[in-house]
Amino acid sequence: MHRTGDLYGHFQTLEQQKETATLGMWIFLVTEVLFFGGLFLTYTINRSAFSTAFGIGSNTLDITLGAGNTVVLILSSLTMAMAVWSAQVGKKKLVSIFLIATLGLGSVFLGVKAVEYKQKFDHHLIPGRGFDMKYHPAHPMPGDDPKELALEKKEVEEAFSHDPDINAHGQLYFSLYFGMTGLHALHMIVGAGLLIWLIKGSFTGRFTPQYNTPVEIVGLYWHFVDIVWIYLFPLLYLIDRHR
Amino acid sequence: MSEHIVSPKVYLIIFAALMLGTGITVWAAFQNFHQFNIVIALGIATIKATLVVLYFMHARYSPGRTQLVIVCSVFWLAIMLALTLADYDTRPHDMTLAVPQVFYCV
Amino acid sequence: MSNTPPTSDLELPSTHYLNATYGSGIRSWLLTTDHKRIALLYLASVTVFFFIGGVLATMIRIHLLTPGGALVTPETYNKLFTMHGVAMIFFFLIPSIPAVLGNFLIPMMIGAKDLAFPKINLLSWYIYIIGGSFVLYSFGTGGLDTGWTFYTPLSSVYSNSAVTPAVIGIFINGFSSILTGLNFIVTIHTMRAPGMTWFRLPLFAWAHYATSLVMILGTPVVAITLLLAGLERMFHLGFFNPALGGDPILFQHLFWFYSHPAVYIMILPAMGVVSEIIPTFARKPIFGYSFIAGSSIAIAVIGFLVWAHHMFVTGESTYAALTFSFLSYLVAIPSAVKVFNWTSTLYKGSISWDPPMIYALGFIGLFVIGGLTGLFLACLGLDIHIHDTYFVVAHFHYIMVGGAVMGYVGGLHFWWPKITGRLYPESLSRAAAVVLFIGFNLTFFPQFILGYLGMPRRYHTYPPEFQVLNVLSTAGASILALGYLLPMIYLTWSMRYGKVAGKNPWPATGLEWTTDSPPPTENFHVTPEVTWEPYDFQNRPDLGLAAGTRPLAPAQGDD
Repeated sequence: MHRTGDLYGHFQTLEQQKETATLGMWIFLVTEVLFFGGLFLTYTINRSAFSTAFGIGSNTLDITLGAGNTVVLILSSLTMAMAVWSAQVGKKKLVSIFLIATLGLGSVFLGVKAVEYKQKFDHHLIPGRGFDMKYHPAHPMPGDDPKELALEKKEVEEAFSHDPDINAHGQLYFSLYFGMTGLHALHMIVGAGLLIWLIKGSFTGRFTPQYNTPVEIVGLYWHFVDIVWIYLFPLLYLIDRHR
Repeated sequence: MSEHIVSPKVYLIIFAALMLGTGITVWAAFQNFHQFNIVIALGIATIKATLVVLYFMHARYSPGRTQLVIVCSVFWLAIMLALTLADYDTRPHDMTLAVPQVFYCV
Repeated sequence: MSNTPPTSDLELPSTHYLNATYGSGIRSWLLTTDHKRIALLYLASVTVFFFIGGVLATMIRIHLLTPGGALVTPETYNKLFTMHGVAMIFFFLIPSIPAVLGNFLIPMMIGAKDLAFPKINLLSWYIYIIGGSFVLYSFGTGGLDTGWTFYTPLSSVYSNSAVTPAVIGIFINGFSSILTGLNFIVTIHTMRAPGMTWFRLPLFAWAHYATSLVMILGTPVVAITLLLAGLERMFHLGFFNPALGGDPILFQHLFWFYSHPAVYIMILPAMGVVSEIIPTFARKPIFGYSFIAGSSIAIAVIGFLVWAHHMFVTGESTYAALTFSFLSYLVAIPSAVKVFNWTSTLYKGSISWDPPMIYALGFIGLFVIGGLTGLFLACLGLDIHIHDTYFVVAHFHYIMVGGAVMGYVGGLHFWWPKITGRLYPESLSRAAAVVLFIGFNLTFFPQFILGYLGMPRRYHTYPPEFQVLNVLSTAGASILALGYLLPMIYLTWSMRYGKVAGKNPWPATGLEWTTDSPPPTENFHVTPEVTWEPYDFQNRPDLGLAAGTRPLAPAQGDD
C-alpha cells in the first residue's frame, strides 16, 4: 500500500492508523500470553507432582544474578516508558538516549543469562545425556561457597534417598527452566532487534508528538517481556529458599 | 481521542514500587510461610505485573476496548489453568502422575 | 424456479484487481498486498492440500473395501489416515473460508480499502507456504503415523516416522492462522466505513470475528504444545514420557485446548456463509440477526470450555469428565439458535434454487445430524462404547465435510461472480451440488452404523460382517469425489467462458455487491456511507431488482 508521509494509503486518518497499530499489538500480546501460558501450565502440573526435585533444582540457581537481572529488566522498562514520554513531548534527543539505555540494559540481562547458562553447563545440569544432579556437589568449582556446596550436597543426597528418580524429575525442572527462560530470552533478542530499528529511526528525528506509534507499540512488547520475567523469577528461582 | 501523557514522576513512583516488590519477594522467599510462600510470591508478582500494565503500558488511560482485551487474555489463561487443574486435583491422591486410573462401572 | 432476474449483456470493467499491474506479472502477485489477490493465492494453495488430502482419503477407502485390507501394509495405513487428517485439518479446513473468502470479502463488506495490516496478510500466506513445505517434506520422507492428534509418547518417543518436520511445519503454520485472526479483529474494529455500525455488519463478518477470537486465543497453545513435543523428541526430554516422569495426559489437555476450539474455527465461517446465502435466496431479511451474531460469539467462548470431552476414556478424573460433558451440551445451544433462525428465515420466503442455496440448505441438514451426534458422544456412558469407533469419524465428517466444506463450496459459488466477474453454468452446478450431497451421505451415513456396531477407527482391518457397509461407504466416496471435481472443472471454465455477471447478479444486499465485478484494487471508487440495515431487501432501490419481482415477504410472517 502506498504511503504519503506517515499515513498508509488504506487508512483515512493518522488517528485511525495509530488506533489500528496499537490494537494490533495488544492482540498480538494476547497470543503471547497464551503461548507462554502453555509453558506455565506444564510448570504447574510438574511442580505439584515433583516438588522436591523442583526445590533442589531451583536452589542451584544463583539468586543474586536472578534478582539482579530482575532489577535490570524493570529498569529497562522504565527507560522504555521514558523513551515513549520523550517522543510524546518532542524531546527527540532524549528518545535516542532512552532507547539506547533500554537496549543496553536488555543486553546486560542477556549477558547475565548467558553466564547462568554456562554455569549450568559446567555443573552437568543441561537436560539430556550427562545430566546429573549429583555432579556439582561431587566436583566443586573454583569460586564455590563451601557452606552452600555442603548444603546442596546434603539436600541432593536426602532427595535421592526419598526418590530414586530425582535425576529424571530434576531434568523436568531444568527442561522447563531452559525452555521458559530460553523462550523469554528469544523474545528479548527480537525486542533488541526492534529497539535497534527504533534507535536508527530516532537518529533521523522520526518520532514526534504527532507520530510516535512505533515507539509506543515496541514499548508495549518490551513491557510484556518484562512481565513474563516478573513471573518467571519467583517461579524458577524462589521455590524452596526457606530450607 | 487526545493522548494522555503520563509524567516521568509517575513512572519513577511505579519503578520504586516495583523495586520494593522485588525486595519483599526475595526476603519472603527466605522465610518459612509454609504453603503461603507461593501465594505471597505470585501475589506480589501479580501486583507488579498490574502496575506495569496500568502505568508503563498506559492501560489506565486506554480505551475500554484495550482493557477488555487485557482482561480476556488473563481470563482465557485462567480457563486453561483452572479446568486442567480441575482434572488433576480431583483424581484420587494415591495415584502417581503418570499412571492415571480410569474407573468404569461395569 | 430461480428468481434471479435475467442479466442483460454486460461487460467486465476495464481495470480491476486482476489486471491491475504494478510491476511485472508474477512479481506483482507474489509481492502483492491486495487482500483480493492474497485470497486467490490462498485459493490455489488450499486447493492443492485439499487434493492431497483427497487422494489419501481415496486410498483409505479403497483399502477398506475388503476386511483384510486391499491396498497397503498396516504401517502404511497408519500413515494414510494421519496424513489425511493433517493435510485436511491444518492446511485445508482451518484456512479455507477465512483465508480465501474472509480475506477477499471482509474489507469490502465493511467498506474499507484493505485489511488493517496488508503486509502481514501477505506474510500469513508465506508462513502457510513455509509450514506446508515442512509438512510436505515430512510426507515425502517417510510420512507420519501418529494420528493427526500426535498423542505422546508415540509421537515424541516411539514413532519411527517423520514426526519432527511435520510438527515444525504445523507449528509454523499456526502463526499464519494467528496473524489472519489478528488482522480480521483489528480490521473489523477500526476500518469500518462511516455508518457501518456493529449491528449493520453482515453476519459473515460477525462469524469471522468470532472465528478470529478462537484463532488468536487457541492457536498459541497448540504451537507451544507441538514445540514441547518436538523438543521432547529431539532432545529426549520428559514432559510427556511416563518413563521419565512425564504425563501423556498433560499433552492431551494442552493439545485439545486448541484442537477443540479449532473445530469452531472450521465451522463458524461456514455458518457465516450460510447466513449470507439464506436471506439472499429467500429474498427476506434474516430472522433474529442479533441472536445469530451473539450466538457466534457464544460458540467461540463456550467452545473453549469443552476440550476434555476428547479425553473421557483416556484417564481424566470422573469429576472433570462430568464437568466437560455438561459444558459440551451447553455449546450445542447457540448452534441450535442459528439453525432455528435460518429455518425461520426460509418461512414465507421467496425461495430460489440457485446453486449456493442448494449448498446452504444441504449444510443445514447435514450440520444438524453432525451436531446432534456430537451430543451422543458428549454423553459419558454412551461415549465409552462409541469413542474411537467409526461413529466419531462419521460425526466429525458430517460437520467438517457436510458442514464446513459445503459452506466453503457454497460460498465460492455465491461470491464467484464477484471474484471473477463471471457466472457459471446453472444446471450443471445445481446437479453437482446434488451429486455432492448424495455422495456425501452415502459415504458417511454407513459409518454411523459401523461405529455403533463397534468398528474401531484407525484400524487397517475389520471383521467380515462389516464389509457391506464399508463397500457402500467407498462407493459413496467415488460419487463425492465427482461432486468435488465437477465444480473444479466448470468454475475454472467459467473464468474464461462464463457469462459476464455484472455488479450484483443474485441480487444480494451486502456492500460488496455495490462495487464492480471484479472489483477495482481499492475496492470502492468512493468510500461508501452506510445508511441501511443489513438484508433489507425492501429499502434498497440501488439494488436494481428487476421489474415485476413479487413483493417481499415481511420478516416476521404476516399473522
